[in-house]
Amino acid sequence: MKKFGGEVLLLDRDNINTDEIIPAKYLTEITKEALKPHLLEDLQLKGFDPQSKALADAKVVLTRNNFGCGSSREHAPWAFEINGINAIVAEGFARIFRQNMLNCGMLPIELPKKEITALSKLARQGKAKMSFDLKQQKLTLKAGGRSRAVAFELNDFATKLIKAGGWVAYADTVY
Amino acid sequence: MKKPRTLAQKVFDAHRIDTPCEGMSVLRVDRVFCHEITTPMAITDLMARKMDKVFDRRKIMAVIDHVTPAKDTKSAIQGKVLRDWARRHKLPHWFDIGENGICHAIFPEKGFVRPGMTVIMGDSHTCTHGAFGAFAAGVGTTDLEVGILKGICAFREPKAIKVVLKGRLRKPVSAKDVVLRVIKELTVKGAIDCVIEFTGPVVEKMSMEARMTMCNMAIEAGGTSGICMPDAVTVDYLWPFIKKDFKNKAAAVKAYSRWHSDPGAVYEKVLTINVSELQPQMTVGYKPDEVVDVAKMAGTPVDQVYIGSCTNGRIEDLRAAAAIIKGKKISPRVRAIVSPATPEIFKQANKEGLIDIFMHSGFCVTNPTCGACLGMSNGILAPGEACASTTNRNFNGRMGQGGMVYLMSPATAAATAIAGKIADPGATKSWKKK
Ligand code: SF4
Repeated sequence: MKKFGGEVLLLDRDNINTDEIIPAKYLTEITKEALKPHLLEDLQLKGFDPQSKALADAKVVLTRNNFGCGSSREHAPWAFEINGINAIVAEGFARIFRQNMLNCGMLPIELPKKEITALSKLARQGKAKMSFDLKQQKLTLKAGGRSRAVAFELNDFATKLIKAGGWVAYADTVY
Repeated sequence: MKKPRTLAQKVFDAHRIDTPCEGMSVLRVDRVFCHEITTPMAITDLMARKMDKVFDRRKIMAVIDHVTPAKDTKSAIQGKVLRDWARRHKLPHWFDIGENGICHAIFPEKGFVRPGMTVIMGDSHTCTHGAFGAFAAGVGTTDLEVGILKGICAFREPKAIKVVLKGRLRKPVSAKDVVLRVIKELTVKGAIDCVIEFTGPVVEKMSMEARMTMCNMAIEAGGTSGICMPDAVTVDYLWPFIKKDFKNKAAAVKAYSRWHSDPGAVYEKVLTINVSELQPQMTVGYKPDEVVDVAKMAGTPVDQVYIGSCTNGRIEDLRAAAAIIKGKKISPRVRAIVSPATPEIFKQANKEGLIDIFMHSGFCVTNPTCGACLGMSNGILAPGEACASTTNRNFNGRMGQGGMVYLMSPATAAATAIAGKIADPGATKSWKKK
């Protein structure tokens, strides 16, 4: 199973698409490693710099709705994975992106808009870190000396995929 | 009494092998389609796991379509990984250069998709194949990998959105204009985890090509797939491939009617659109739901016109565009490119004299490929340039970093090529004469 939790990167916008996460020109790469320097290269977001330390240090992304919309390219979750970002907390995901994350044994968490707004506000209070308790289905965000704990839901199938380390391993043992 | 089911639910019921948790289904897949962008990583991973096998070589179809002919060493390697694999497993349905075309155009053209099937592919526009009354959905490389190995795929049970199209579609308004309007109404996230069912008198009169154009863009509203009820039009299209299975066409229509949604089936949402009033539509921003009447943008300069892709590179699309440019020259302010989606379409267009029309007007005609659609080859934009395009996605940088993509119908793109700026095809004289 992968490790989840650590520094949080806030991407405060709806509809961040797969072309912004990893542009099509890198789709001819055939290793995950080659995607590493290009994560979020084309993202249009005020105050965001793809070369920043905030991205380099990040282990968790906190974002808004319809995250990962567009192409089916698994290169998008891979680009996060290879940069050590295994968990993404969002108001909502595009279907294929969410399934791709689970298939790679990554952690996609969906929370109501109100909760995302509260977490975003807290994350702006300084260096933010998030931890996950998969058993209790609870996450905790700590920033600026304050903390906020939130319950999340992950269905059985998702939990099994994450524990197995992804869909290939799971399918090969079960089907 | 049995609960009424939607078409997609019926396909799920017929293919479900497991319910790993409430709301999730593991389905048997009838078709696994592959192309050279998302499949090579699945192949290399299977090889690394020492599981380089295919579940059924007759149900796996593969094509090189995104970058073809190869443009550089990296794309050549991708093609080679797919080619070596297709040969190694003796895939009977494998389309390499000379015979290759855009996946979502060539696979239906070869009759691979039938009503009631389940289809997956490592490509978000796999939703196109729902036009045949199949459940067809785009997946990532890992899903594709498991599909190749085991012939299964897991999905959330889809909800359904019903789009009822009423009225009369008046040329030059087309399926593309209709679907752009539908996406505007639903928004880019309005159909997440839903299948968009296109129904109503307008759909019944539509060709398979037009239905594919609409289903193709279901993903742009976040939809898992688009879907249409199989009918006489579906049977006509498939007839060369299914005639040995049925006594006559009427028998096929009757058999396929089992893949119709039941009256009383439950929908998340019903959207009714009267297309009689619809004007040509286009996008203006970086999201496919930012849609306006073309008339509103008329006169906006563009640098390139692109006619092609899995949305609008089929024969009807080329006919619609050629009807407008016939006998005219494109504006010197623009460069124009047309990419027939498959070799069959290319040959047919040639036979009908359409290729001549395009070339006389100043269009560059390319081989069948995705090419400029995703900014990988054959017509990438320079920063600051704009393209009038018949493709399906207008994300920032999609056709080249810093470029702007205006999505529209082939007729609008053709009128724009002649005018050298955005032009409403309904307002052009040549069309009015017809
Ligand atoms: S034509 Fe464009 S949208 Fe269609 S499969 Fe090719 S790249 Fe994807």
